[in-house]
Amino acid sequence: MKFLVKKEVLVGLTAVVLGLLAGALFMAVTGNNPFTGYFYLFAGGMMNLERLGNTLAMATPLILTGLSVAFAFRTGLFNIGAAGQALIGGLVATAIGLTVGLPKAILLPLILIAAALGGALWAWLPGILKAKFNVHEVVSTIMMNWIAYWLTYYTIPAFFKGSFETESRLISDAASLKTPFLTELFAGSYINMGLFVSLVAVFLVSIVLNRTVLGYRLKAVGYNRFAAEYAGINVNRHIVASMAIAGALAGLGGATLYVGYASSMQIGILPSIGFDGIAVALLASNSPLGVLGSAVFFGILQSGKGFMNAMTKIPPEIGDTIIATIIYFAATSVLIERWFASFTKRKGGKSRV
Amino acid sequence: MQPVVEMLNIRKEFPGILANDNVTITLNHGEVLALLGENGAGKSTLMSVLFGLYQPESGTIKVKGQEVKIPNPNVAGELGIGMVHQHFKLVHNFTVTENIVLGIEPTRGGVLTLKQASEKIRQLSKQYGLDVDPDAKIEDVSVGMQQRVEILKMLYRNSEVLIFDEPTAVLTPQEILELMKIMRNLQAEGKSIIVITHKLKEIKAIADRCTVIRRGKLVGTVSVKDTSQAQMAEMMVGREVSFHVDKGPFNPGATVLQVNNLSVRNNRKLPALKSFTLDVRAGEIVGVAGVEGNGQTEFVEALTGLRPVDSGHILVNGNEITRATVRQRIDAKVAHIPEDRQKRGLVLDYTLAENFVLENHGLEPFSTKGFLNQDAIYAQANRLIEAFDVRSGEGAKSKARGLSGGNQQKAIVGREIDLNPDLLIAVQPTRGLDVGSIEYIHKRLVEQRDAGKAVLLVSLELDEILDLSDRIAVVCRGELVGVVDAKSTDENKIGLMMAGVKTGVAE
Ligand SMILES: Nc1ncnc2c1ncn2[C@@H]1O[C@H](COP(=O)(O)OP(=O)(O)O)[C@@H](O)[C@H]1O
Ligand SMILES: [Mg+2]
Repeated sequence: MKFLVKKEVLVGLTAVVLGLLAGALFMAVTGNNPFTGYFYLFAGGMMNLERLGNTLAMATPLILTGLSVAFAFRTGLFNIGAAGQALIGGLVATAIGLTVGLPKAILLPLILIAAALGGALWAWLPGILKAKFNVHEVVSTIMMNWIAYWLTYYTIPAFFKGSFETESRLISDAASLKTPFLTELFAGSYINMGLFVSLVAVFLVSIVLNRTVLGYRLKAVGYNRFAAEYAGINVNRHIVASMAIAGALAGLGGATLYVGYASSMQIGILPSIGFDGIAVALLASNSPLGVLGSAVFFGILQSGKGFMNAMTKIPPEIGDTIIATIIYFAATSVLIERWFASFTKRKGGKSRV
Repeated sequence: MQPVVEMLNIRKEFPGILANDNVTITLNHGEVLALLGENGAGKSTLMSVLFGLYQPESGTIKVKGQEVKIPNPNVAGELGIGMVHQHFKLVHNFTVTENIVLGIEPTRGGVLTLKQASEKIRQLSKQYGLDVDPDAKIEDVSVGMQQRVEILKMLYRNSEVLIFDEPTAVLTPQEILELMKIMRNLQAEGKSIIVITHKLKEIKAIADRCTVIRRGKLVGTVSVKDTSQAQMAEMMVGREVSFHVDKGPFNPGATVLQVNNLSVRNNRKLPALKSFTLDVRAGEIVGVAGVEGNGQTEFVEALTGLRPVDSGHILVNGNEITRATVRQRIDAKVAHIPEDRQKRGLVLDYTLAENFVLENHGLEPFSTKGFLNQDAIYAQANRLIEAFDVRSGEGAKSKARGLSGGNQQKAIVGREIDLNPDLLIAVQPTRGLDVGSIEYIHKRLVEQRDAGKAVLLVSLELDEILDLSDRIAVVCRGELVGVVDAKSTDENKIGLMMAGVKTGVAE
């Protein structure tokens, strides 16, 4: 991990800077002052404890779905299904929260474990399909997204209907990841213990990927499954394991969203954290620590854009545009890398003359 | 007569590497000049300078006595210089003609007119005996044919100086012979040719003079007629190279590998190996000879657990492993130097250190309770790098992808031998390597035999089989033609057997 790697950080930061510059350009073109715009955008994300807490609460599920995508990617799999896995994680968490009456100290671990298992199951199936029948995981995880969507769509009104047809009942305090200590510390924000869950996950994922036999094998399968097979590594089992772990992470992300940030589930949407997780992972070059950084950054933009809109005439969509532009630059990071390479080469050449 | 091309005191540097250090070569009109050197000696770099792909830091290039600057390949083309790269640059869903005219498309009023071009190509093809169909699609023709399209590209542009970068590396023996013929035709028509290779036999067959470079420096230029292969090899490697491997006395022990009536199917579910029976004993090298695609690949895959067996039995040290997993076979002390080092043998994005523990990362001391032990992994990597002379930019930390083919292969050979197997299966262990590395790897294989291990050598190179084996098994169309004693046979007899003629004397 120590050597993982200055180049990626540089590329990520460049993408961010270019994205911000592009955002400034949009603001200027629409007749606004970019400096005021950015001032309020970042102020909106960090200005006081409450806003900071909300930023972190916003980042929490993104860290987990970002890890999910990054983990799968490091092992050669493209997990587009984080949204569905998160939804199932949230559904399981909500279901237990609404039906099981236990003290908080027992109920919360139960909820988290069940959410992780639900997400894992949702990704395990595409893993099996890939391993046994060579069905591409992009196709099957998208399919699973919609199955999760419709499953939630019918389950919530049928069993957990709240005051609206489209919403579940509110979970009790015992089932919520919110805790008075944190809520008060951050002046009544949405921040919750999911943050610790996500930090532990960052730590564990980076340990697994970099320090363990399991990580070595998963990455070997991802880089070159023929060589892995040659070396006696059970390729199919590791594909399934990788998907299941990625799904568990996304499932946890769903729990931190639906029983942490929120207190009820709505039907009829796939949570955006699934797809934003792809962006987070991309900007982070799939490194766990990078995921932490880029999720927090996206959290700032997400929670600051409303404030920017309130204080200026800049539409909140500028925030999304900046994110999209950053993603664009991160996705074309090859070009940025090449640009750096040519720069260093030229410099090297000059110094020699 | 004036030389067609002179490259004088060329110096070309890459970050951290002096690829060409004051190299001088001359090419005379109508000759074939061979450029000989180990992998990484700087041959391709030198030719890329001539073709305008790289700019030298210093030195001059003269074409027909005139000093020239070649800033890009277009200028090289205008000067009559053409190059066939090691990896062809063809558009696969274009026809031969479309590929050849690419970049200089003939148009009339903005509309592409290919008819004349196609006619000219047909005519050139006939003139030089190339036998290319101008209307065929690239994706439908063989690698050898694609190479001829590259040659036609040069001829179409009226190139006078033709550069070939390792043209035989991708060809079958038959195609190599045809290429030699084509090169002679080209020479007869007055073209001047530079050919990069590290195969001495080919230089003997085709070249007039040979320029040798070693680690970027010019060693010398010799007349091929007056220089033996051994002398050229010595110039290239910088020390005496023995082509003959000294083996200890032949003392075969107990049977290690027993293959009984083994039948295996290929990827298209057709029989690839039919009722194949073979034994390998401790302390002997058994060579498997055969033309490519006669079941060798499937045989090895069945032995190593990468392909299911239809019927028959495989035993190692008396234990049945016919349906064992790859892992179980590794544990049964079977090691495997795979045919395709980049596909099977290495994880190219892993470091050398990580690649050295590809099979045993799960064992002490490389991991404890599921956690990798980097110190032990790096210690072993440094030991193997030292013992097997694996050269790389950053030692154990180098990505396998960055190593030259020879060093990748040495790493694999080292790793497999270090597993201390009872049975070592070596498939094409020296494909594409220069003589120095070949000699080295051959020595290591014979060491295994002398240490009382069983070695199964599968190779398409007949010389290699004949040099190393104690016994030779010949396969043809998936069937065992016969097993012969290596001492009492020769290239001709084996060649006949490879064609399916059962002249072999049973052991
Ligand atoms: N584009 C490049 N950038 C950096 N190093 C290079 C480049 N091309 C070649 N080299 C290095 O220069 C040396 C000579 O390479 P090359 O000319 O390809 O050797 P050869 O063709 O004789 O095998 C090698 O050490 C190689 O790694
Ligand atoms: Mg080369």
